[in-house]
Amino acid sequence: MMRKGLRFHLDGGRTIWPVLGLVALLVLNLIFSERFFHLEILDGRLYGTLVDVLNQGSKVMLLAVGMTLVIATGGVDLSVGSVMAVSGAVGAVLVTRTEIPFPALVACALSAAVLMGLANGVLVALAGVQPIVATLIFMVLGRGVAMLITGGQIITFEDRAFVFLANGHFLGLPLTAAIVALVLAGTALLTRGAAVGLFIEATGNNETASRLCGVNTRMVKVLVYGFSGFCAGAAGLIAASNIKAADSSRVGEMMELDAIFAVVAGGTALTGGRFTLIGSIVGALLIQILTTTMYNLGVPPTIAPVPKAALIIVVCLLQSEQFRRHFVGRREIARPTVPETG
Amino acid sequence: MGRDMSEPLLRMRGVSKTFPGVRALSSVDLTVRAGEIHALMGENGAGKSTLVKVLTGVYPKDDGKIHFAGETIAPASPREAESAGISTVYQEINLIPRLSVAENILLGRQPARFGFLNWKAIHRKAERALERIGLRIDVRREAAAYSVAIQQMAAIARALDVEAKLLILDEPTSSLDEREVEDLFDVMRRLRDRGLAILFITHFLDQVYEIASRVTVLRNGERVGECETANLPRLELVAKMLGKDRAKLESGGEPRTAGTKRAAPGVPADSEAAREAFFQVRGLGRRGGVEPFDLDMREGEIVGLAGLLGSGRTEMARLLFGVDAADTGQCLLDGKRFAPSSPRKAIDRGLAFCSEDRKTEGLVPDLSVRENLILALQASRGPLRLLPRKEQMEIAGHYIRALDIRTPSLETPIGNLSGGNQQKALLARWLAIQPRLIILDEPTRGIDVGAKAEIEKLVQSLRERGMSILFISSELEEVVRNCRRIAVLRDRKKIGELTGPDIDERKVMRMIAETDEGRDFRGGVPAVPNDPPREE
Repeated sequence: MMRKGLRFHLDGGRTIWPVLGLVALLVLNLIFSERFFHLEILDGRLYGTLVDVLNQGSKVMLLAVGMTLVIATGGVDLSVGSVMAVSGAVGAVLVTRTEIPFPALVACALSAAVLMGLANGVLVALAGVQPIVATLIFMVLGRGVAMLITGGQIITFEDRAFVFLANGHFLGLPLTAAIVALVLAGTALLTRGAAVGLFIEATGNNETASRLCGVNTRMVKVLVYGFSGFCAGAAGLIAASNIKAADSSRVGEMMELDAIFAVVAGGTALTGGRFTLIGSIVGALLIQILTTTMYNLGVPPTIAPVPKAALIIVVCLLQSEQFRRHFVGRREIARPTVPETG
Repeated sequence: MGRDMSEPLLRMRGVSKTFPGVRALSSVDLTVRAGEIHALMGENGAGKSTLVKVLTGVYPKDDGKIHFAGETIAPASPREAESAGISTVYQEINLIPRLSVAENILLGRQPARFGFLNWKAIHRKAERALERIGLRIDVRREAAAYSVAIQQMAAIARALDVEAKLLILDEPTSSLDEREVEDLFDVMRRLRDRGLAILFITHFLDQVYEIASRVTVLRNGERVGECETANLPRLELVAKMLGKDRAKLESGGEPRTAGTKRAAPGVPADSEAAREAFFQVRGLGRRGGVEPFDLDMREGEIVGLAGLLGSGRTEMARLLFGVDAADTGQCLLDGKRFAPSSPRKAIDRGLAFCSEDRKTEGLVPDLSVRENLILALQASRGPLRLLPRKEQMEIAGHYIRALDIRTPSLETPIGNLSGGNQQKALLARWLAIQPRLIILDEPTRGIDVGAKAEIEKLVQSLRERGMSILFISSELEEVVRNCRRIAVLRDRKKIGELTGPDIDERKVMRMIAETDEGRDFRGGVPAVPNDPPREE
């Protein structure tokens, strides 16, 4: 009883809605496309649409993990798509023009991404710039930097290690799924196994009170943006590996919006405070399955945004307590508010 | 002021207003005459703002009548009040910083020709509006380029530009320095002499005596008095604001509240003077916050801060805890220099600060009672060494029992608890770090009587265990009851201390009411001591 109450409280009971959405989509697929759940094993590797979903969705899932922490502090990171481009560009240039070992290449690309993230954080936490403005600056700037690194060219590569990143397998599943699992587990350990999660939630829920409690709220904010940069950097390497090229002008385009949607649909409010990593992963899968479903059903890509928007509206309405109270009939006790007097 | 025999400009009679759970105004009267400056005073929650908001149509009134300029009015919106001739300048100046002064003054009423703005006319009209209050500035520059005082006056000019008969100034002087206050007062006098009525809301006693001819005092939503300032001793005004009966205090017939309670268990005879103060404050101060002050804190001692609203009590606490940076002075902790530059550092040195503003500076509302309780403790352990879950539950459970915090579970969001239980939980948060010195700013505000008594009991038991407590409250009897030493503040300045047998409410009020020259003077005399000499 106690444990159950606890679980529900941890995600604010909101993860239930994206999970329901996910189930509904899967049921839809079960009815309309029998191939969707078809899985087969070739050479000890698992193939099938669901596996593709995991592989294709890995980038948004990674972005969503970083974005969750940023949004939990009450901020938002619009620069992740551009950071992906920078990290991919650094990776591609290093792999084609130098002989450095692959791990060093990954470290360089991720460092560049983390630096951009930290710069976002410094603008937000120390300079007091609005998160949306600060990260918008880096959204624009980042793509320029990426173009500068690649010299405006699409740089292709054939390096085996780099290509393996997004196309290889690990334990029969795509390597990307393992990377997501690793990042997710690490993040969960750091936030819930240490006090980092508490500090992030406290900062997002009431920054002043947290600061007066001795929480270094500025440091918390700088670090979450840095971490979001790290996640975007990893996603950027996967994106480059995926197409065996760094395409600075196109990679990660509009993906910041997918990531934000994944987080919000997953049950983390844009106002900050409580966050749920699992919810964000579910949100990211929701988007990916919807994309795949539409592809399977033969919806032309030009009108694909319409059903996507419809889904976003439905999930957001379900997240709204007011909407649920009116239309779903679930009543919750509202806190009495007393106006200031005197 | 000999002109007040005529029918008053504004007569509010029996005005009442109730919010869910709070009676903000109960049958309040207010009379303001043309050509007078009328002060409206009261402590927090007295109902000043509500009264003004009813008058200006922000809130509808539940009951009562408003007569204004010979008519009965019931404004339904600020705009309606404005067109009736009631203009308001709020504490937070509502100019648009990036627009020019001229645009701000004429916003919404810009003269236009053929649909185009007539800039010449706009500037001319704005200049004229400012000249009326004796101000000559470049109206083309943006509002943000000018000082707060100038902005304040531009806001007044705008308010007057709509044919106002009554001007309401809501704490206009709270962010002005002395010189600027004088300039503002010059403007106010000029307007008064021209027949305008001014309702001046403030909590500065000196200013009331300097500028207002009459004063209405509210307390807990009721009018406790309306007097001519010339005939109102300062002590009586202070007593009214604090809800005390001056006659009783003066006669001395009343048994000293302090004296009787002093004998109560838990407050032993004083021997603390001999003990060394472990925390010494020397000349700590901040411009615009509180003037440099000294303070000694000993272990096992409760020191009270007494003063009216805005006297600098909270500002003092914020300096000590490093929330605001001091620009002069220093602290000595165990003889070692200590500069409180951030809450984090203050906490590391054994300080705790329970803010008066529970909602914005205390609660983390969506987090659970458990998380709120351990937040400060966890913050001092750093982000990586998480308190084991079991220990968290033990600590939270311990304080919930010890302080009798009523909560359905440890995991209930703290925002769902009642005010008193929230306050106790926030106290517990600080007790969990076992501070040497805890600053309690209005620990009993907004909670019910039972919870108040419990918190006072708790404070005494902390003292017995050797904690040093700085106790801030606007309830004078609470300070007198709980403290063996009281520092008294007035107008952002510590003006003295009372100890042991000297402590009683009357003495505290006398100190608050005294002027810097030590006279109990009455109205009319300028009371801004550091101002350069200027002709009246």
